[in-house]
Amino acid sequence: MAGAAVRGLFERLGAAVTARVWRLGFASRFLVYLFLHSGTALQRFGLTIREIYFAGVLSLVIILVSGLFVGMVLGLQGYHTLQRYGSSEALGILVALSLVRELGPVVAGLLFASRAGSAITAEIGLMKATEQIAAMEMMAVDPIARVVAPRFWGGVISMPILAALFSAMGIYGGYLVGVKLIGVDEGAFWSQMQAAVDVREDVLNGVIKSFVFGIAVSWIAVFEGYDAPPTAEGVSGATTRTVVTSSLAILALDFMLTALMFTGGNGL
Amino acid sequence: MTLDATSLVSVENVWYGYDPARPVLRDVSLQVPRGKVVGIMGQSGCGKTTLLRMIGAAMTPSRGRLEVLGVDTRSLGRDGLYAMRRKLGMLFQFGALFTDMTVYDNVAFPLREHTDLPEVMVRDLVLLKLEAVGLRGAAQLMPSELSGGMARRVALARAIALDPQLMLYDEPFTGLDPISFGVISRLVRSLNDALGATSIIVTHDVQETLGVVDYVYFMSDGQVVSQGTPEEVGVSVEPFVDQFVHGKADGPVPFHYPGTRFEADLGVGAR
Repeated sequence: MAGAAVRGLFERLGAAVTARVWRLGFASRFLVYLFLHSGTALQRFGLTIREIYFAGVLSLVIILVSGLFVGMVLGLQGYHTLQRYGSSEALGILVALSLVRELGPVVAGLLFASRAGSAITAEIGLMKATEQIAAMEMMAVDPIARVVAPRFWGGVISMPILAALFSAMGIYGGYLVGVKLIGVDEGAFWSQMQAAVDVREDVLNGVIKSFVFGIAVSWIAVFEGYDAPPTAEGVSGATTRTVVTSSLAILALDFMLTALMFTGGNGL
Repeated sequence: MTLDATSLVSVENVWYGYDPARPVLRDVSLQVPRGKVVGIMGQSGCGKTTLLRMIGAAMTPSRGRLEVLGVDTRSLGRDGLYAMRRKLGMLFQFGALFTDMTVYDNVAFPLREHTDLPEVMVRDLVLLKLEAVGLRGAAQLMPSELSGGMARRVALARAIALDPQLMLYDEPFTGLDPISFGVISRLVRSLNDALGATSIIVTHDVQETLGVVDYVYFMSDGQVVSQGTPEEVGVSVEPFVDQFVHGKADGPVPFHYPGTRFEADLGVGAR
């Protein structure tokens, strides 16, 4: 009896792992097909511009407001910590490096997944549920080229710009609190930041991170929408999975990228 | 009506199953002659929509031969498939209009995707198609502003935008009020004749469909069980046709789902 129970447990575990590996393989094939059929999205760039508007421009409010508050909190916390060591002039460095290297790409990525990723999944999922995708297929129009690819590239292009705006707004928030409210020296704030933040080492790596997060979130969002069962529960579940999977992917990728970028690649 | 080599769609001994152990289509054979309106009727779940999607090459037969417009659909690659579909028009059950586009843009969609026509000519063609379904005045409305019948008519205008040789209708009458019902059924017939097209209607609405079609196939449990002209079907004494056409609750399609004896479930009578 105990042997059968253990065997059943292993069978269920094996089935669950196999199903996930199969789905990952399917998602990878989907991504390759998407890349191969991105010609329409890039040639008729108006289609992609429209998606940049929906994914990027309409996310601006939440990105800018969040960036401002995150920067203000960094200014407050950073000042109280730094002043214990008499280094409150280094507040500019702390705020800028925190945002450009980590918080900008990561928090903007998480917000982007919640705001735009979920919307992309829900839209494609509902198009599938209401047979709009099937209708497009029957009209001899490839839905991956016409619907999925513009949304994917719209997300990939929007994400680094949103992360950059998040960081810029955050630095301004830190400046408001540190310099205008608390009274840190303005010259020290900006000059130390300028001296310590390296364009290639810090800014470029932050941009690379946000680009990778953009690919991950957009891929997950379009795949979950396209693979959603054509029912209300199916679309709802797919939307939830987009936010959860994207968030976990961003955090895991961030750790890996940070290990590669900022530790000389040796993990130390 | 004779069924001969001029058939636009030829289905020969086709089998199909999502699960091989439980086939949805079992040895189905039928012909759709050029220029005719052919109905495929049967109760829900009998496999008629699966057959229609197979004719639209959305799926391929597990066994048997299926030719659409003279081409074996299994031999088609992606480009060949899309080339064939440009000659097809399909009306989905609830229209499947693109909800982010106006009525005008919905009808213009296939023209813009498949032709290099200047926008002024696209406009003329779109207005012609909308006029044909009586909705030229609704060109700037969004799909959310349309009634069910209007949405179906816009979808019909979109389906005929490229003047298809073969029109496929998936339950075109479902959920329509009597006026919309009459409008759509008249349009199916008149557009077929005006375009010189061939049409296949999959439906379970009996009387209205019999008034439109030239020939009808009846399907039950994945098989073609009867066929004939509307006149032949109207006087048929075949048990399935009689039950289906006259809406009888019991017959070859039983009222009761198979199960154990009722007395046994209640625990009474002989044990």
